[in-house]
Amino acid sequence: MSWLQKLLPPKINRSEAAGRKSVPEGLWSKCPSCEAVLYTADLAANQNVCPKCSHHSRMRARARLDGLLDREGRFEIGNEVMPVDPLKFRDSKRYADRLNAAADDTGEGDALVVMQGAIRTVPVVVACFEFEFLGGSMGSVVGERFVRGVRLAVEQRLPFVCIAASGGARMQEGLFSLMQMAKTTAALTQLSQNRLPFISVLTDPTMGGVSASFAFMGDVVIAEPGALIGFAGPRVIEQTVREKLPEGFQRAEFLLEKGAVDMIVDRREMPERIAGLLAALQRMPALAS
Amino acid sequence: MKTTFLDFEQPIAELEAKIEELRFVQDDSAVDISEEITRLEAKSQALTKDIYAKLTPWQIAQVARHPQRPYTLDYLRLMFSDFQELHGDRAFADDHAIVGGIARFNGQPCMVIGHQKGRDTKEKIHRNFGMPRPEGYRKALRLMKLAEKFGMPVLTFVDTPGAYPGIDAEERGQSEAIGHNLYAMAELRVPIISTIIGEGGSGGALAIAVADTLMMLQYSTYSVISPEGCASILWKSADKAADAAEIMGITASRLKTLGLIDKVVNEPAGGAHRDHAAVASSLKRALAESLRQLADLTPTQLVERRFERVMAYGKFKEQAVA
Repeated sequence: MSWLQKLLPPKINRSEAAGRKSVPEGLWSKCPSCEAVLYTADLAANQNVCPKCSHHSRMRARARLDGLLDREGRFEIGNEVMPVDPLKFRDSKRYADRLNAAADDTGEGDALVVMQGAIRTVPVVVACFEFEFLGGSMGSVVGERFVRGVRLAVEQRLPFVCIAASGGARMQEGLFSLMQMAKTTAALTQLSQNRLPFISVLTDPTMGGVSASFAFMGDVVIAEPGALIGFAGPRVIEQTVREKLPEGFQRAEFLLEKGAVDMIVDRREMPERIAGLLAALQRMPALAS
Repeated sequence: MKTTFLDFEQPIAELEAKIEELRFVQDDSAVDISEEITRLEAKSQALTKDIYAKLTPWQIAQVARHPQRPYTLDYLRLMFSDFQELHGDRAFADDHAIVGGIARFNGQPCMVIGHQKGRDTKEKIHRNFGMPRPEGYRKALRLMKLAEKFGMPVLTFVDTPGAYPGIDAEERGQSEAIGHNLYAMAELRVPIISTIIGEGGSGGALAIAVADTLMMLQYSTYSVISPEGCASILWKSADKAADAAEIMGITASRLKTLGLIDKVVNEPAGGAHRDHAAVASSLKRALAESLRQLADLTPTQLVERRFERVMAYGKFKEQAVA
């Protein structure tokens, strides 16, 4: 112990390392866009939207559903459906191990959480992608849970909302994954036949097999500000065309300009906007604001 | 046409070169060497059969991409009559990577839609290597709706590395175009029979392949991503493409075992590129049989049956929720 440490009162007299550890990890976050240093709890309370520059950071599925759905009368659909490894797939790691690791990290069984509930009193079924689970990739479980959500919506005569956040199809399930594109999209025909609205919300990122299946089949297609949305990934396109991609390419604002989406909605206004649209499409009275 | 030999076909190539040489000297040779030529030809046949009997998935992927493999327009010529090509999506352009039109199959009018690759450099570029842009998928959709209106079955032929990953394609809504086709095919009120004739590359293939009957030629492939693409993402190296091809299950026989396709149509020994007429005649028989199987279904039955088929895709387990 040095002479200085001996002089210090016990409260200050802590080793540097221990002092650092006493600050909980992730107390502060830095906005990836404006680099403002934010109190993490504030950021979470603001739905992961930077209060300074309105940058929309990615969000976990359950946190999002929590912000979107009314407290009362929610319940989950399709969580009994769990993944298997049909091809015994193995690259540098076994797919089965990747599934277990993803489940441990996220607390989810797969990359889609489906719930029945209400958005600002409008009853609805909502499917929400969990990007943290293997990049929100769509395999057999995502497809089946999606379809069970749609089926329940048809049975209960409820509108269906999907919030996408996905890198695309899940390679480790091979062609089974590709077929989920056909499966999820075909299920939507039942909503249409019953005149039930489908609202598709595209968040960062919505790519590949998810983008090129049900995502753009919404009666209304909404994008979040700044979200990357497209069929092919920017790197693949750059390698194919061998030129630099234009500024803002495949971002929500670019898609709005090209006529690919109906509107861009700030996450904090999402519940009101979706509820308003659903009420109008179902000829319900206007909602009290 | 001189056969192009793939890497793993080198032993065949050497033998064929020898036969060619003997044929050349035969004309001014005093001794009769025709017997020797016949012997070598039989040997070459046997060797081809031997090599093709144990192709790896990655080798099959090479055969599926063989530059002399028959393309959609070849099958149109060999299996159909009275083909009248219909062009354009009525909104932007005519995409040459997808061809389509009205033709007769054993006398029956039907709509034919397929990816089209090019053989020489100029045509390859013209066909964009068989990679459609959104207008290609929208043309296909327009033709499917036309078929539905006039009660014609839709026969599609799939042969694409994938939908085109380009700036213009993204700008015009590649995702929406593909998604829209998946949706429309799910409720189309006429029979749809799809055959993978070469490469079935991901969403770009599926966009014309949601079908009542899905068939694959013996040495075609169908996959969620190309073996090279899968390798470069999961192994961080495109050199592992052979491993990726192995594990993803991209071949006709594997996909038949997995229950993802209905029928495998056999190819002549050494692959479709060695005998276009032979593979066309096998495929024609298979198509006729599939059409017969679907002929008695009403439009409503067809759509319901197709819907149930599509809903059954996927492998998962169900367990009690804690």
